[in-house]
Amino acid sequence: MDANGILLIILLFAVVLALTPVLGGYMARIYDGRARWLAPVEQGIYRLCGLDPDCEQHWTGYAMAFLIVHLLGVLALYGLMRLQAFLPFNPAAQTAVPPDLAFNTAISFATNTDWQNYGGESTMGYLVQMAGFTVQNFLSAAAGIAVAVALIRGFTRRSARSVGNFYVDLTRTVLYLLLPVCLIGSLVLVWQGVPQTLQGSVSATTLEGGRQIIAQGPVASQMFIKHFGTNGGGFFNANAAHPYENPTVLVNFIYMASILAIGAGLTNTFGRMIGDQRQGWALLAAMGVLLVAGAFATYWAEAQGNPALGFLTNMEGKETRFGIAASALFATVTTATSCGAVNAMHDSLLPLAGMVPLVNMLLGEVVIGGVGSGLYGMMVFVLITMFIAGLMVGRTPEYLGKKIEAREIKLAVIAILATPLAVLGLGALAMLTPAGLAGIAAPGPHGLSEVLYAFASSANNNGSAFAGLNGNTLFYNVILAVAMLIGRFAVVIPVLAIAGALAAKKTVPPSAGTFPTQSWLFVALLVGIVLVVGGLTYFPVLALGPVVEHLALASGTLF
Amino acid sequence: MSIHRPSSRSLLDGAILAQAIGDAVRKLDPRFLVKNPIIFTTALVAALATILTVRAAGSGAAQAGIMAQITAWLWFTVLFANFAEAIAEGRGKAQAASLRRSKADATARRVTATEAADPVEVPAATLRSGDLVLCEAGDTIPGDGDVVAGIATVDESAITGESAPVIRESGGDRSAVTGGTRVVSDRIVVRITANPGETFLDRMIALVEGAKRQKTPNEIALSILLVGMTLIFLIVVATLPAWASWSGTRIPVVFLAALFITLIPTTIGGLLSAIGIAGMDRLVKFNVIAKSGRAVEAAGDIDVLLLDKTGTITLGARQAVAFLPVSDIGERDLAEAAFLSSLADETPEGKSIVALARSRFRLTEPGSANLHFVPFTAQTRMSGVDMEEGRHHIRKGAADAIAAYAAAHPHAAPGGGPRDLIGLVEQVGKSGGTPLVVARDGRPLGVIHLKDIVKPGIRERFATLRAMGIRTVMITGDNPLTAAAIAAEAGVDDYLAEATPEKKLELIREQQQGGRLVAMCGDGSNDAPALAQADVGVAMNTGTQAAREAGNMVDLESDPTKLIEIVMIGKQLLMSRGALTTFSIANDVAKYFAIIPSLFLASYPELQALNLMHLASPQSAILSAIIFNALIIVALIPLALKGVDYKPAPAQTLLKRNLLIYGLGGLVAPFIGIKLIDLGITALGLA
Repeated sequence: MDANGILLIILLFAVVLALTPVLGGYMARIYDGRARWLAPVEQGIYRLCGLDPDCEQHWTGYAMAFLIVHLLGVLALYGLMRLQAFLPFNPAAQTAVPPDLAFNTAISFATNTDWQNYGGESTMGYLVQMAGFTVQNFLSAAAGIAVAVALIRGFTRRSARSVGNFYVDLTRTVLYLLLPVCLIGSLVLVWQGVPQTLQGSVSATTLEGGRQIIAQGPVASQMFIKHFGTNGGGFFNANAAHPYENPTVLVNFIYMASILAIGAGLTNTFGRMIGDQRQGWALLAAMGVLLVAGAFATYWAEAQGNPALGFLTNMEGKETRFGIAASALFATVTTATSCGAVNAMHDSLLPLAGMVPLVNMLLGEVVIGGVGSGLYGMMVFVLITMFIAGLMVGRTPEYLGKKIEAREIKLAVIAILATPLAVLGLGALAMLTPAGLAGIAAPGPHGLSEVLYAFASSANNNGSAFAGLNGNTLFYNVILAVAMLIGRFAVVIPVLAIAGALAAKKTVPPSAGTFPTQSWLFVALLVGIVLVVGGLTYFPVLALGPVVEHLALASGTLF
Repeated sequence: MSIHRPSSRSLLDGAILAQAIGDAVRKLDPRFLVKNPIIFTTALVAALATILTVRAAGSGAAQAGIMAQITAWLWFTVLFANFAEAIAEGRGKAQAASLRRSKADATARRVTATEAADPVEVPAATLRSGDLVLCEAGDTIPGDGDVVAGIATVDESAITGESAPVIRESGGDRSAVTGGTRVVSDRIVVRITANPGETFLDRMIALVEGAKRQKTPNEIALSILLVGMTLIFLIVVATLPAWASWSGTRIPVVFLAALFITLIPTTIGGLLSAIGIAGMDRLVKFNVIAKSGRAVEAAGDIDVLLLDKTGTITLGARQAVAFLPVSDIGERDLAEAAFLSSLADETPEGKSIVALARSRFRLTEPGSANLHFVPFTAQTRMSGVDMEEGRHHIRKGAADAIAAYAAAHPHAAPGGGPRDLIGLVEQVGKSGGTPLVVARDGRPLGVIHLKDIVKPGIRERFATLRAMGIRTVMITGDNPLTAAAIAAEAGVDDYLAEATPEKKLELIREQQQGGRLVAMCGDGSNDAPALAQADVGVAMNTGTQAAREAGNMVDLESDPTKLIEIVMIGKQLLMSRGALTTFSIANDVAKYFAIIPSLFLASYPELQALNLMHLASPQSAILSAIIFNALIIVALIPLALKGVDYKPAPAQTLLKRNLLIYGLGGLVAPFIGIKLIDLGITALGLA
């Protein structure tokens, strides 16, 4: 670890912290309906779709709309990939994507996972990248934010039936937040050297006289939303390690800040909408503690060097223009949020450093988390925390004046059960079947980590890959897609049901007997519950994977 | 603040203990077990382990010995949980038995009308609501009802434990009688208000026995959380062999069973119903009967407490505290006049005036018997004394009554009396007192300051309630001025002056609209709507049948300040659940560190580094964990029955304290416990 590396980490978090109230305040204006500067466009969209923006939905209607948008997204993506040979903007003449890969990829992008079982530049034509992936990057991000907003409304409303209108929330998110920011952001990327062209790849003669095909395309327009919307699906196979995706240290920094921006900002939006910003800061503090701890742990573990190689600096799988600190930090940020873009190969991180990204995902993507999903995922843990804390102060549990009763606990438990079921259950299937075992590249605990990482990444809709695992097989294409679906819908639907249940409740005014949730004690307890639930669930598999690998490495055994 | 405990039974009463051991075995019946999902799961796993052990023993497997021990401890876990519940129930059963004795096969004398003289002997069990029965001295009242004619003293010790008989009479607020109580003197006619099996006594027996115990809403929510955790651990343990197979590790199923049972929240799962029963039992000890567990739970949540002023906040009667003479009269003169006029006044106020005059000026009763006392009447609204053959008169009464008397008096001073009198009257009124004007021969001498005396210590109790986050509201019929002064003195947060039953009901509704939970106590029939509306309505046992029906708790001792204890018991109940849940979850960390290295040591010797406790062998590690898991249930039974300590404090402080004890304690305790058990096992050569 050196001063530059530490300074980089501090600078990043300072920038995100400064952005939080600005973006949070703006988002609060969007969802309160106060941001109106694109009203004519907005009204035009509603008229075009025959939508009554004032007609609010019951949580079931909201959930149905959420499902419909995802279904249409999956169908459109699948169609584009299967038919790309007949469609325009395909200068490299890419052929139809095989059905199982197209299925996996369609679900992957619609669910904001962006797990990629294909090489971007060698599989997908420009139309799929633009009209398919980029569009889904916007929609899946906006859909996640909409769910978080519906949940916030559950807290702000009293004895209400509806939680908002999904289509309106989706439209407003894209129109007022994602599009304007990404438009400007993409221009900055172009200035920094990210290509934005419809021309095919160019052929160059290298110094050694060899010929090299250099892929390019409409990269910049996809790149900003890829990070800002915590999608993470790369234009190129090498993702953000590719010089065209992530050309400079400045771009790398902008990516990391934009990955965290909405997730952190939403905590402030939450605070503003419920009328107490400190509540939002408390949530951000809980997320922040885990994020900062993760960032320093990864950096520290990685900076040690490889003990089996005389503590040689571990540069395997890293770009020299980023180095140890920026790679370790990017790995933490991209997994703490559900982004999944990578600027270094996580497979090549030392065991402990590689465990932090794994743990970030296994905790349920609540360390800042994905756009929207981080907030609502954390809220599920908050309900559990407040249930136990409420009992311990001798009151029936409540949070922000809403009583937490059997129904909310049942729904929260379903949401919490979903990902372990997908990670451990489906992962166990992979460990038992020849098709699953065939994909594992490394022996010993490292091989187990590859499988665990793949399921953790899919089920938590992160999408980053550990590399090593050969995922483009019928088995993994299908099973990982199932994991992604569980991770998205088995969490979102209970969360929306919670939003509906909370909105219908009365609000109890706080008293001296109410446990204040703006306090450090709350933050500590929330962090504790997140760690305990995650730790108790995954301790055995982590022990069999990165933990034992680390212990073995210390004694000189490599896997 | 201290909780006074009227009766306390030892935690480890021999008879209850023996009974509970038997019950623990009887409760192995799957129909009982299935009510508790965590313990039912444990029993299923134990049954599976039994089958596997028998098979292993049959084939002479080397592991059979350790498997048998693990299986035995799995069953012990179930038995200990059953035992905890049985002990909690046993204490209620003892109470129920004594209640049942007073129910014995009574007969009743039914009459057709209150004046009818031809009673028919019928078995008490055949009485229906609306029947009239005649009860005379020595009779046991055959069922719950209202006195419709007569007055009698009734011995209610069978219900309340209070040996002094109480008066029950027709009409008014003291008309309710309870089946099973005994008439000591006189005769009354009672209209039966409850059908057989629905009487107060029946319900009380059912309640203390826990026979009809239903899970409270919070208990249901907590159960769901515990089942959710069980499911997570089921996923973890069931998938573990698959993940472990990658390294070629094969884990014996019994070891997996042990891991599963140690991880699932058996501690809180096993003690949950005991906590609930014990909460009700603690109320019974305070002589409060809750009609449902839900009411006890709601008590912990109370935001607003409505308390009647008289008898609850202040002593029943007002006391004289000062003599305030008008400008040209000496204080002694006024005191003397007041003293003379009150000598024959038997009211507490009159007595207090005499006492005050004696202590201030050492006045003594005049020797001459030439005093003619004039009693208080509703018409004159004055009382007093005529002296020396009616040549001198002293009168005391309300300011307006005395003013009218003075104006009519032949020696009345022109201008209606001294000017500063009005000032004095107002001064006393503003301070929350009642001004009593004294006049001699038509000339007002001054004012006696009568004051409501706030009960000693009540102010501290309200401060405690405030610390608990509960607002107190005083209900009084006084005018707002007086009410405000007393409210300030007693330290209540708010008051409702000139209260009527309608205003009371409205206040409760208004508070509930704002999302607050309201508790109140009452005794009169006109309190019934408010008692029913309140989230926690405590009816006084001396009150009317209507009030007792409307409330969801009945205080057998009729002590309104008990609301405070009821709230504390409710909080204690919830806190016990929270504390033991936290403890249960925190325990898992140590269990992981004991079991996980043991399971994989053969494949990965490096994992020895995780064996933080340096347990002797993999077998002894697993056995120690499962033994600790079973024993901790027994160890925590006293805590579950007594409830965790509760000292009124802000939520933050409470949480910090409980987290430290049950969170941190729960983290550390099993590390020590498992290590000690491991040492024992190794010493005994069990593994």
